[in-house]
Amino acid sequence: MSDDRLVIADTAFDSRLIMGTGGAPSLRLLERSLIASGTELTTVAMRRVDPTVQGSVISVLTRLGIRVLPNTAGCFTAGEAVLTARLAREALGTDWVKLEVVADERTLLPDPIELLDAAETLVDDGFTVLPYTNDDPVLAQKLEDVGCAAIMPLGSPIGSGLGIRNPHNFSLITERAGVPVILDAGAGTASDAAFAMELGCAAVMLASAVTRAQEPVLMAEAMRHAVEAGRLAHRAGRIPRRHFAEASSPVTGLAALDPERPAF
Amino acid sequence: MSRIPGSRTGPEEGRPPRPTDVLVIGGGIIGLVTAWRAARSGMDVTVLDPRPGGGAARVAAGMLAAVTELHYGEETLLALNLESARRYPAFVAELEEASGQEVGYRACGTLSVALDADDRAHLRELHALQLRSGLESQWLSGRECRRLEPMLAPGVRGGLRVDGDHQVDPRRLTAALVTACERAGVVFRRAWAERLSVVGGRAAGAVLDDGSELAAGQVVLAGGSLSGRLAGVPPEVLPPVRPVKGQVLRLTVPVAFGPFLSRTVRAVVRGSHVYLVPRTNGELVVGATSEELGWDTTVTAGGVYELLRDAHELVPGITELPLTETRAGLRPCSPDNAPLLGPTELPGLHLATGHHRNGVLLAPVTGDVLAAALAGGALPAEAGPFTPRRFSSLSQEQPV
Repeated sequence: MSDDRLVIADTAFDSRLIMGTGGAPSLRLLERSLIASGTELTTVAMRRVDPTVQGSVISVLTRLGIRVLPNTAGCFTAGEAVLTARLAREALGTDWVKLEVVADERTLLPDPIELLDAAETLVDDGFTVLPYTNDDPVLAQKLEDVGCAAIMPLGSPIGSGLGIRNPHNFSLITERAGVPVILDAGAGTASDAAFAMELGCAAVMLASAVTRAQEPVLMAEAMRHAVEAGRLAHRAGRIPRRHFAEASSPVTGLAALDPERPAF
Repeated sequence: MSRIPGSRTGPEEGRPPRPTDVLVIGGGIIGLVTAWRAARSGMDVTVLDPRPGGGAARVAAGMLAAVTELHYGEETLLALNLESARRYPAFVAELEEASGQEVGYRACGTLSVALDADDRAHLRELHALQLRSGLESQWLSGRECRRLEPMLAPGVRGGLRVDGDHQVDPRRLTAALVTACERAGVVFRRAWAERLSVVGGRAAGAVLDDGSELAAGQVVLAGGSLSGRLAGVPPEVLPPVRPVKGQVLRLTVPVAFGPFLSRTVRAVVRGSHVYLVPRTNGELVVGATSEELGWDTTVTAGGVYELLRDAHELVPGITELPLTETRAGLRPCSPDNAPLLGPTELPGLHLATGHHRNGVLLAPVTGDVLAAALAGGALPAEAGPFTPRRFSSLSQEQPV
C-alpha cells in the first residue's frame, strides 16, 4: 500500500487507473488487460450487461477482486439515467454510479443540463455520483456543488483517442476542485494519460485506448506506468520553462580526479 | 436452470436394449453435424434435444466470413475458419446429396464498406491486417463499390471486396442435417438432458428430464450457450461458455426489386457493425446486435431501431421492403471467442461448443474433428489449438 492513495468518497485505491470494459475483443483479453493495468475500479455498462450471468464481465471483475462501477452509458435524458442507476444499485448492491447522459450519438458529448439534473437527483437519493462531464470549469464546479464525489471531464470525445484538447481547462478544473478530478475519455496512448496526471488529475479512466489497441495487454501495462509516472511528476513539481538553456553541469571549477596529479 | 437439450423417445420410455455408441447432447447445427459425421463413419448415434434443428442457427445469417470478420489476436482462429470455409463446397455437395435438400450455399462474396472518414480508417486498418495475414481482399473506392452494388448509399467512402466470404442459409442447412441424420440412422430423442451420467470416472450417458437414462459409450456435449450448465459434469471440465445475444431482422425483397443486392454487404457504421445478407429466394437478413444479457431473447425496440437505422444508412432503399421477421438468438461464446473441440479430461466426454459468431462457418470442420475424435484416433492437427483442455488446466483465475 502506498502513502499516496486515490480517495473517492472515503474509499481508498492504490491504483489511479480506472478501466472500462466496452469494446474488449474477448473476455480473456479483457481479463489479461485488467490484470496488466493494475486497476482496482472498472466500469460496466448496465444497459449491456446482466450482472447475474455467470462467466460474464461481472464475474471476471469479481474473480479479480476489482470493484465494479456501473455506468449509465446510452442514456439521453436525466430520467433514463436515474432509472438505470437505480436498476444498477438493485442488481449490483452498490450505490456508486458513473453518470453519463449524452446529447447525441454522433459526438457522445455530455448534455450538461440533463447531467446536472440527474446528478442532483441521484445525490439526493444517496448515490455516490461520478459524472462524465465536458471540460467546462463552471459545470465542474456546479457538479461538485450538488454533491458529486468526483468530476470526470473528457479530454476529447469518447473513443476518439485525441488526448486532452484543452489542457488549460483541465488545469482550471483540477486547481479549484475539492473532489478528485478524473480524466474520462480521449486518452489514445500512454503520453495522454501521463499528461492528465501532470495536469493534476487524481486518476485516469480509459477503455478504447486499451481494448482497441493491436496488443491490448501491452497497452494496459503502458497505461499503468504512464499514470504512475505522471502522478510522480505532478508531485515532484516540474521545472519552470525557460527560453534559453541553463547548463546542468557546473561551468566553474574543474574536477581533480587524482589529487596527486592536477588536471593540467 | 440445469436442463439442456436432451431427449424423449415417446410416451413410454423403454430402457434401450444396449448403449448407443455416441450420445450427442444438443441438436443444433453443431450437434447435428457431429451426429451426421459420426453416423457416416459407422457409429450408432443418438441425438438428445426437445427440438432438433433449433438453436442459434435458426437466427444466424449464415455468413461464411473468415476474412471480413478477422480481428487482432484471432490469427489462430482464422486458420480454422479458413480451413472450414475451404471444406464448405464439398460439405454442401455431400449434404445435399445425402438429404435430397438444398441448403442455399451461395458463392457470392462480400463487400465491406465505410460510410465516413473514421469508419474508412478502421476499414483501412482491417485491410492491412488482412494483407499481413495473406488473405485476398481488394480495396475499392466508393464509386467502385457502388458500381458493384448500386443500391449502396452515395456516401460510401470506400470498401473491401472479399470474393472468398460466402453465405449459406442456416435454416435450410440444419433442416438438411436433420434429414441426413435420419437417413444415416441417427436416433432422435426429443427431451432435455437433466444431467450427465458418470460411471467409474467416465462419461456414460445422460439422465433425461423424464427420469429415464440413456447409456452411451461416448458423450458429446454440444448444447450451445447452455453447455456450461449441464449438471453432473465435473467443474474442471464444464465449458466456460456464456450466451451473447444477437437480434436479427429478416426482410423480403419483392421479385420486382431484384437484384437488390448481389452479395453480402456489411459496414461499420459509426462504430457499430451491420450486415445485409441477400438470399436467392428474396430473403434479406439484417444483423446483428451483440449483447451480454444472459439467456434473454427478447426483441427490443432499441435493437430493431439500431439495426434498421444503420442498414438504412448503408442501403437507403430497404425502407420499402416488408419487415417479415424479428428474432433474437444466443451465440455460445468462450473466453477467447474460439470453439472447444474434442476430448476433455473426463474420459468419454467430448465438447463441441463455444463457436460464438462462427458456428455456421465452422460446422464442416467441427463435424470432421469430432468424428475423428470419437473414432479414437489422434485429433486432427487443425483442432489442436481448440482443445477444451486449454481452459481446464488454468481454471479461470490465471491469465494465459
